[in-house]
Amino acid sequence: MFRFILRRLLQMVLAFFGTTLIVYALMFAGQGDPIQALAGERPVTEAQRAYLTEKFHLDQTGVGGFFYRYFDYIKNLVQGDLGESLTGRQIGDILAAAWPVTVKLALIAMTVAVLFGVTAGVLAGIRRASIFDNSTLVLTLLVLGIPTIVLAPLAQYFLGVRWQVFPPTAGSDPDFYALLLPGIVLGSLSLATALRLTRTSVAENLRADYVRTARSKGLVKRRIVGVHVLRNSLIPVVTFLGVELGNLMSGAIITEGVFNIPGVGFNLFRGIRTEDGPLVVGIVSVLVVVYLVSNLVVDVLYAVLDPRIRYE
Amino acid sequence: MRVRRLAAWTALPLAVTLGLVACGSGGGSGSGESDPNAAVRIEIAEPQHLVPTNTNETSGSQVLSALFSPLVDYDDANKAFEVAAESVTSSDNKVWTIKLKDGYTFHNGEKVVADNYIDAWNYGAYAPNGQNSSYFFEKIAGYEDLQGETPKAKTLTGLEKVDDLTFTVTLSEPYTEFKTMLGYTAFYPMPKAAFSAPGVLAEGYEQAPIGQGPFKMKGTWQHDAKVEVERYDAFPGEKPKVAGVVFRIYQQQTAAYADVLSDNLDVIKTIPTENLSTAETDLGDRFKQSPASTFQFLSFPTYQKEFSNPDVRKAISMAIDRDEITTAVFKDSQTPARAFVSPVVAGYRENTIGEAGQFDAGKAKSLYQAAGGPSEIQISYNGDGGHKDWVDATCNQLKANLGVNCVGSAEPKFADLLTKLKAKQPVGLFRMGWVMDYPSMENYLGPLYSTNGSSNYYGYSNPEFDKLLAEGSAAPNEEEAIKKYQQAEDLLAEDMPVIPLRFGQNNFGHSTKVTNVEMDLFDRIDLVKIEAVK
Repeated sequence: MFRFILRRLLQMVLAFFGTTLIVYALMFAGQGDPIQALAGERPVTEAQRAYLTEKFHLDQTGVGGFFYRYFDYIKNLVQGDLGESLTGRQIGDILAAAWPVTVKLALIAMTVAVLFGVTAGVLAGIRRASIFDNSTLVLTLLVLGIPTIVLAPLAQYFLGVRWQVFPPTAGSDPDFYALLLPGIVLGSLSLATALRLTRTSVAENLRADYVRTARSKGLVKRRIVGVHVLRNSLIPVVTFLGVELGNLMSGAIITEGVFNIPGVGFNLFRGIRTEDGPLVVGIVSVLVVVYLVSNLVVDVLYAVLDPRIRYE
Repeated sequence: MRVRRLAAWTALPLAVTLGLVACGSGGGSGSGESDPNAAVRIEIAEPQHLVPTNTNETSGSQVLSALFSPLVDYDDANKAFEVAAESVTSSDNKVWTIKLKDGYTFHNGEKVVADNYIDAWNYGAYAPNGQNSSYFFEKIAGYEDLQGETPKAKTLTGLEKVDDLTFTVTLSEPYTEFKTMLGYTAFYPMPKAAFSAPGVLAEGYEQAPIGQGPFKMKGTWQHDAKVEVERYDAFPGEKPKVAGVVFRIYQQQTAAYADVLSDNLDVIKTIPTENLSTAETDLGDRFKQSPASTFQFLSFPTYQKEFSNPDVRKAISMAIDRDEITTAVFKDSQTPARAFVSPVVAGYRENTIGEAGQFDAGKAKSLYQAAGGPSEIQISYNGDGGHKDWVDATCNQLKANLGVNCVGSAEPKFADLLTKLKAKQPVGLFRMGWVMDYPSMENYLGPLYSTNGSSNYYGYSNPEFDKLLAEGSAAPNEEEAIKKYQQAEDLLAEDMPVIPLRFGQNNFGHSTKVTNVEMDLFDRIDLVKIEAVK
């Protein structure tokens, strides 16, 4: 186990540098004129252009320029310095302010997905073809069919503005209640997927040989479902949720925008819009780490859920 | 300018929902009495900077307008009057004497003196500081020596202190309307505390700027979240009627709009386009409109043969039904333009482009054919600014009215369009916009149409026009100057290097908790007038 984790950690270092290289290259290639993008449609003065060009080495172009800027970036990164955004703010500070709120949001979404998704999935799996099963099928299909870009403003309009059940936006320093609606919206997609996965998995395992054996030796149903079936059924769900955790953190661009939550997605969106290369690369680098770590946790969890799986 | 592709995606479903439920909200609350102890909440975007000479977007200048008091402000006729200045005078329009009012103090207790202005302006003009608004100082003598990578000088020779409350500004050329310029953000003073050494901005100043205005900072700038200010009691000018202002930072205006509807936010400065059609029902008389300085136009590459004949340009202008487009596409959130300068500046005259601004399909077609206009027209625009709808509408009108083939062609970003224009690549007609820096006709004419104008991308050059502008700048008084500028504008109407299309309007709204919400020429909410309702 220890060797497995160590090996994975070493792979993560490689994957990390590989992805930053790719992201940096993409931003570099896609970059038109970041100085003009920053100024919008206003004319940019020569002084301002010269100042930013020198500060961010924007005159270094071509393949040589790319490696010059990339290694410059990596050198600072290794020293723990993520650099400055084009508006002169420390990217480390931006991320430090943005992460806590995004993590909170993702955790709420995750809790909603696990709590309702898995529970309803197990129930639907046990009572296959019942009214409950069929109605969850319709509901989840509906949720899966509506993209967040529609769901989020709709929820905001009805629950926030019309009926005033929730505050319409979260804003800065949001409390738990203000984050609840965005969390539910964000988690609804994972909820629906988790529900479908759990239901299928439970329904399949209920027909497995070991369940029949357990039942024939007189085990109570609660124990069969709660221990044997659930444990085996959770493997695909855990895989999905592990990957989803990364998605929830990076994929909250729309939700964070609609509910005005100054998190990671909010900043990533602005970075892309203003061609702020250093900011985008900084955020994506951290997101890569989140993905890698959550995948590692998932792999370790497999062994916990299924003792047959061993890592050497 | 704040472009949201994301918002565009949200637009359709949201518009549909809002349309379906077409709600009738509204209804006032409270007793209607002014509450001097309340703070109001105003929407802004994350400012790029909060240093006077580095701030040239509306969010930053809105915050600074709370913290600083300008030398001059503008009255209803858009004429400058003194605020923090006692007087701004000149006998030759070249050497200006600025006397400051006594009694102003910075929020840290420092008395405001002439040096505060001189230091701030020198800092702004010095090229290595990379200040966004440095070009505001280019008319002051000695500006050239502060440019380049290693400038010859660190201070403007044109700024001289006379006594503690008086200084003189020497311009390199006489400029009649210099006083008018002084109302903008770039000309605020900065305290000694702002500098750690002469000409070096103190670290952290930007996080909590110290000004001499009606409000002072409460805490520091909380990035992406908010900026809070509270009333500064030692302010000698007109006192604000609220205890403080919270500038809440939004990335999407749709979110801010939802907050205003539910009284969660007091003022939204720009109502998102997708909500404009329902704003009147949603907000009732809390939906406000006021003239803005923006000017939208279509430009010709006049250096290209097919567009070199002014009659071709006039015919195209005549074939466009401005009224229909502003109503159908913009839901009257902008107004049709038939002049080259905006109605917000002194000297504006309606309909200066004359016949070319009157929609007449038949006349347009015969003029176009007589002048030998091209049979293919392309209109280039930046695809990230929500311009597709009106460009397509314009193209359809040209197709129908001139019998030509017309296509809209999108460049990804405005910067890409500029790159092509600078390289003189054939892009056909192209859209441009202008926001004024200071309320003067000159600001609408000089940069856009003079031969060396900073934003003259159409290759327009008319020596007579340049001469009239120069005469206007050097005229003995403002009235004379305006006369010259108007003559220059008449020349433009003859040549039509661009087609004026629309003037902007501020479309803003407020909650039931505030009254007296007014917006000035620079898209800033007037923080002295706004009142909170109990």
